[in-house]
Amino acid sequence: MTQLALVIDLNVCVGCHACVTSCKEWNTSGAAGPMADFNPYGADPTGTFFNRVQTFEVGEYPNTQTVHFPKSCLHCEEPPCVPVCPTGASYKRPEDGIVLVDYDKCIGCKYCSWACPYGARELDKKQRVMKKCTLCVDRIYDANLPPAERKPACVLACPTNARLFGDVHDPQSEVSQAIRDRAGYALMPEWGTQPANHYLPRRRTDLKIEVEELARVDNPLKIDGKLPKPAHSDPALDDVTSW
Amino acid sequence: MRPAFSVIFLTTLIGAAQGLFLALYLAELAARFGWIAGVSGAFYAAGSALVVVLMMLGLVASIFHLGRPERGWRAAARWRTSWLSREIIVLPLFTAGAFFYGLVHWLLPAESAARITAPLGAATAVLAVALYVCTAMIYACLKFLQEWATPLTVVNYTLLGLASGFTLATAYSAFAAPALAGFFGPYALLLTAAAVLTRTASLARNARLKPRSTLQTAIGIRHPRIVQTSMGMMGGAFNTREFFHGRTRTMLRAVKWLFLLLVFPIPAALLVAGLARDSAPLLAAAFVLQYLGLLAERWFFFAQANHPQNLYYQSIA
Repeated sequence: MTQLALVIDLNVCVGCHACVTSCKEWNTSGAAGPMADFNPYGADPTGTFFNRVQTFEVGEYPNTQTVHFPKSCLHCEEPPCVPVCPTGASYKRPEDGIVLVDYDKCIGCKYCSWACPYGARELDKKQRVMKKCTLCVDRIYDANLPPAERKPACVLACPTNARLFGDVHDPQSEVSQAIRDRAGYALMPEWGTQPANHYLPRRRTDLKIEVEELARVDNPLKIDGKLPKPAHSDPALDDVTSW
Repeated sequence: MRPAFSVIFLTTLIGAAQGLFLALYLAELAARFGWIAGVSGAFYAAGSALVVVLMMLGLVASIFHLGRPERGWRAAARWRTSWLSREIIVLPLFTAGAFFYGLVHWLLPAESAARITAPLGAATAVLAVALYVCTAMIYACLKFLQEWATPLTVVNYTLLGLASGFTLATAYSAFAAPALAGFFGPYALLLTAAAVLTRTASLARNARLKPRSTLQTAIGIRHPRIVQTSMGMMGGAFNTREFFHGRTRTMLRAVKWLFLLLVFPIPAALLVAGLARDSAPLLAAAFVLQYLGLLAERWFFFAQANHPQNLYYQSIA
């Protein structure tokens, strides 16, 4: 069974919002109708988005980390939004695990958005139906596109390659290997939703230097006191020039 | 959550209607077993008409909740998994049951009517109880809305609906069949007293809730101090409008005390006074004030629920 998903590497996301604008551009131009914006240049703009990049500050100054956190539908393997839908407009595709909304069946009761703990669904004010990330289902299977471009718009837009796309049920896929090797994790595991999307954690890159690496202490000639110990400031090629 | 007035009116109106129907049917059974003197079919017919009117008003209110009400009929499709779908099936069935129950009482003489209304009323009474369960389970089944995810939600919806329905039955009979007011009144008081116990129990439970989701589990970073500096937008979105009541804690507390007074002690006092003095206006006031209190109670029920998605929307930037 296939379960398509995104894996988002928080270690390299720089918070540029390219995935947000690219997502909006692709999905507002499709056959499913625009993602309506209201008052876009006014004082109180609002609009429908499938993807957002949020920013969090972790830790206390001066030891803080800025974490940019892209957030979209996680395409849960146990989606709590699907069984509550009274019309069947909300469904999970058995063939690839994408959670979708049938805009022609949705009655706009908002119950599915109440049932999603991640806030991944938004009611479109113009079409008055619930909308959410489709994993660019109208793009990833499009045989008219070159194979390299059959990926979600956000993945193609990411300049740092922080977004990976693939089948998380295939153990050899790029995404499965990334989750396995780089400690990929799921959001809010406490609710048993089993999100298909995973996040790769921030990693600190420390350069550890031991004192022995700066001044070699185990040179036997030095230990025996046979040679004068040069000062640190002296030009030294360690074993070569110290005698 | 942001309280939606469509849903507040829907749940309170149909709750009272179901309670009123159950009261009417209880009176018919009691008369049949000879515990109380029988009343005319017109009493049941007009009472059922009141039930149907309240159900229709609730239905009209619910239409304002839907983005696409013209597709509402589709909502009956997923009754296997969705409590909302089940409610949408049971609601018209109950309304139809109450309609025909009243119609038979109105058209047929008492003896021949009873042969139809006894089984029809029993079936409709089962639907009334089922509708309480469906309505409440819509909220109680959402496990991460911890304030709602408790059997107390179902108990409260049922008892509060029954209390307001029996209060309405008391007030209605005070005008239409004064002999019955003394029959419904004690039940209304008993149900109001039971509801105050279970509603305060749920308030006490919710005051002690510890949220299972935190900012740490929401973004998966283990550090006690995480602050959102940007939610990714400056303007509003569905996520910032739908899931927070946008009122102060003071207002929330005020509404809580308002409903605690209006739903329980004030109508109970008015019921006692109205029954003691045989005063129909006092009994009518008891229902009206209790209903207003239930509007506040439902508002508070929604406003108090804390949706975990709000963790992601804490800083406008």
